[in-house]
Amino acid sequence: MLLPNHPAAAGQLLVAVAANFTGASREIAQRFEATSGHRVKISYGSSGKLFSQIENGAPFEVFLAADNLLPQKAINEGLAIDGSRFSYALGTLVLWSSQPTLFADSDTADTYLRQADFQRIAIANPKTAPYGLAAQQVLIHLGLWETLQDRIVRADSIAQTFQFTATGNAKLGFIAQAQIQVWGNKAGSLWLIPESYYRPIDQQAVLLNKGQHNPVARQFLAFLKGPEARAIISTHGYRLPSTYQELNHEL
Amino acid sequence: MSFDWEPVVLTLKLASLTTLILLIVGTPIAWWLARTRHWLKQPLAAVVALPLVLPPTVLGFYLLLLLGPSGPVGQFTASLGLGTLPFTFTGLVVASVIYSLPFVVQPLHNAFEGLSERMLEVAATLRASPLDRFFSVAVPLARPGFLTAAVLGFAHTVGEFGVILMIGGNIPGETKVLSVAIYDHVETLEYDQAHLLSGGLLLFAFLVVLCLYLINGRLNREQRR
Repeated sequence: MLLPNHPAAAGQLLVAVAANFTGASREIAQRFEATSGHRVKISYGSSGKLFSQIENGAPFEVFLAADNLLPQKAINEGLAIDGSRFSYALGTLVLWSSQPTLFADSDTADTYLRQADFQRIAIANPKTAPYGLAAQQVLIHLGLWETLQDRIVRADSIAQTFQFTATGNAKLGFIAQAQIQVWGNKAGSLWLIPESYYRPIDQQAVLLNKGQHNPVARQFLAFLKGPEARAIISTHGYRLPSTYQELNHEL
Repeated sequence: MSFDWEPVVLTLKLASLTTLILLIVGTPIAWWLARTRHWLKQPLAAVVALPLVLPPTVLGFYLLLLLGPSGPVGQFTASLGLGTLPFTFTGLVVASVIYSLPFVVQPLHNAFEGLSERMLEVAATLRASPLDRFFSVAVPLARPGFLTAAVLGFAHTVGEFGVILMIGGNIPGETKVLSVAIYDHVETLEYDQAHLLSGGLLLFAFLVVLCLYLINGRLNREQRR
């Protein structure tokens, strides 16, 4: 099904991918390239930044965002194809530190955050990164958003948040569970934050106007919905959307 | 993991093209600045020097507005069927020419100002036309200035980051130059790749500056003789 109609004419595709999905998207792109013969180029960044680039005329053909708001906004603003939007992964936010035994569950994490025995805690910029927004919601839920203000460092994207935390420059940080997996599950302290603490991170993909006439774009989106991609997404620490509301929509 | 040459090639392409354009555009500007007594001299010199002090984000912000779909330049390029320049290689060339302008114009300006007035007058009495005087007297004498200008313009474009981050969009093979590739590698903790590129750039920068000093030292000694 995914075999190209004209194997001789290998196509190209330019995809904008939310930073948290870096590892998974690389693997998916590799598999897609291997089966289809097409070439996929990926640009990474925070969803908000990628979106503003799309607004400013960036040549991206497919957008894999870290939320469901920006793909919808792209459709509303006439930058993306109506009906092409679908959830490809559900993100999980964790609190993580490269130092072991600081916290392990909701109780210990709560205590640790209140003791505030740290100088810097990293979050992604809530204005441009959906995972940063989720981190903000968690801290507000815990009633710590105001008190921790002077210790919060805002990273450019969830990738930079992870980098700040992994290097120990920030003792702990709110990151995507998928990122720890990419790094090989190194030892450290991990708190799997209860899902009720933040709005679900419903990561959606959308076909952009610039990819409308590129058959590779539709092929790639179909591949992203398929079992092979879903398996990769799952092993990278995402939950899979249980039903595809949009699956019946023709792309 | 195989080494990705794409950002290296792209950066060299960008820096070479930018330097070439800057030498062509910058030479008349520098010549005029060096010879004129017009009241516009100081304001123009200040405009040329602006990228030295402006944060790259300011430049990136205005370029994004100017070149974007709703900006005047963007609407012009779109009407020509060229599309808009941000997030394209051409856009990076435009930005780099502006960003590296002072690094080319200022050495040339200094070199032209240092020319002895007498040499040019002698050439004039020998009935050399102004253009002839410029190419057969001024340019050879200002050789060290041209060399410094080319090397600094090239090296500074290689090191450009902020502007490119804002208007480049980090697209592999199109706008993902060395500095942005390093940023990407560091963010994703691919330190092997980051070390390779950063170490290479460190060595490159040192060699560039060293060569500049060595060559300029020799040329200066030659001219004093």
